[in-house]
Amino acid sequence: MSLSGNWYLALSAVLFAIGAFGLLVRRNVLVMFMCVELMLNAVNLTFVTFARMLNDIGGQALVFFILVVAAAEVVVGLGIVVAIFRRRAGEGTTADDLHIMRG
Amino acid sequence: MLGELGVQLAAATKVDAAVFSIAAVFVLAGAIGVVVARNPVHAALMLVMTLFGVAVLFVEQQANFLAAVQVIVYAGAIVVLFLFVIMFLGVDRRENIALEPLRAQRPLAAGLVTAGLAGLLLLGVAAHWSVGAHSVAGRLRDQPGGDVAALGRAVFTTYLFPFEATAALLVVAVVGAVVLARRPPRARRVDSEDTSVPGDAGPSGEHTAGEVVGDPMEALAKTVADAVVSRLVSVAEDRPGGRPEGRPEGRPEGRPEGQRQEQPVGEGTAP
Repeated sequence: MSLSGNWYLALSAVLFAIGAFGLLVRRNVLVMFMCVELMLNAVNLTFVTFARMLNDIGGQALVFFILVVAAAEVVVGLGIVVAIFRRRAGEGTTADDLHIMRG
Repeated sequence: MLGELGVQLAAATKVDAAVFSIAAVFVLAGAIGVVVARNPVHAALMLVMTLFGVAVLFVEQQANFLAAVQVIVYAGAIVVLFLFVIMFLGVDRRENIALEPLRAQRPLAAGLVTAGLAGLLLLGVAAHWSVGAHSVAGRLRDQPGGDVAALGRAVFTTYLFPFEATAALLVVAVVGAVVLARRPPRARRVDSEDTSVPGDAGPSGEHTAGEVVGDPMEALAKTVADAVVSRLVSVAEDRPGGRPEGRPEGRPEGRPEGQRQEQPVGEGTAP
């Protein structure tokens, strides 16, 4: 028998917290994206754990869709990052540099 | 509660506990590495470590198909895309993360995240982690074909419409990525005109382009530059009162595309 699901849920909560902290603290846009991926993975782990604990296939199906949405999100997000920083060449890739709409 | 968890830990087999512990160490170390890495490339590699740890935890929980997809899609595609963009933008240099423009941000973020995490864990312990109806969308264990077949049946029956919507989403994402990544020729023309001096800009820019190109390309560049200059001069002479400020007017319509494309190349090599 596999380990109790509580451990997995606690681990994914910690993983989500680390990702959220990184998203709030880091300034590099690409690293912020990676922190979003960490949070998505924490949620995926939670879904898989609940699918096992409740003996329900719905959790795993949801993870499948989350993977697809995450892939699409990364593609479009990185496309936006590339488009922004190609227009503003040589000005750095931190979120602080994107202050063009500052009041 | 911790005693109960300890009893459950003892009830599980030693192998499962060991696998979980090692994978958890990898996951958390990779996650912390993503947050504290100064170099974005190192952060991406740490992300791979976390993703592999999560894949191991998927296998441990009888989600074999999702583990494979996790490795293929995340570690194989998404992280490679991240690395590609990092290299493409040329931002693979160290970043000073000791620098913090907002003084209160880090303590505030740490406090907020710690409070949220503590609340979440307390809620989980108080609510016995998972309560609810079992096997609503379909049973997971003891299915013919294992979890892969069970997941396939669920996706193609219960979740058929979301699956089709996923196809539409992927098409939208592909089209959006192509539109975003494509450099429109018009924008390039505007950029090159912005960097040049207004008024008599075109010919002087073309002259520098012809001068700075190295020896092998010099003859060709000179030919192109001379052709462009003569064309621009003739256009300017045709139009009385100098060139107007509007962009469509400033770009003569008879000029071929290829000659105009030469200008940013020459200016890029100028310094």
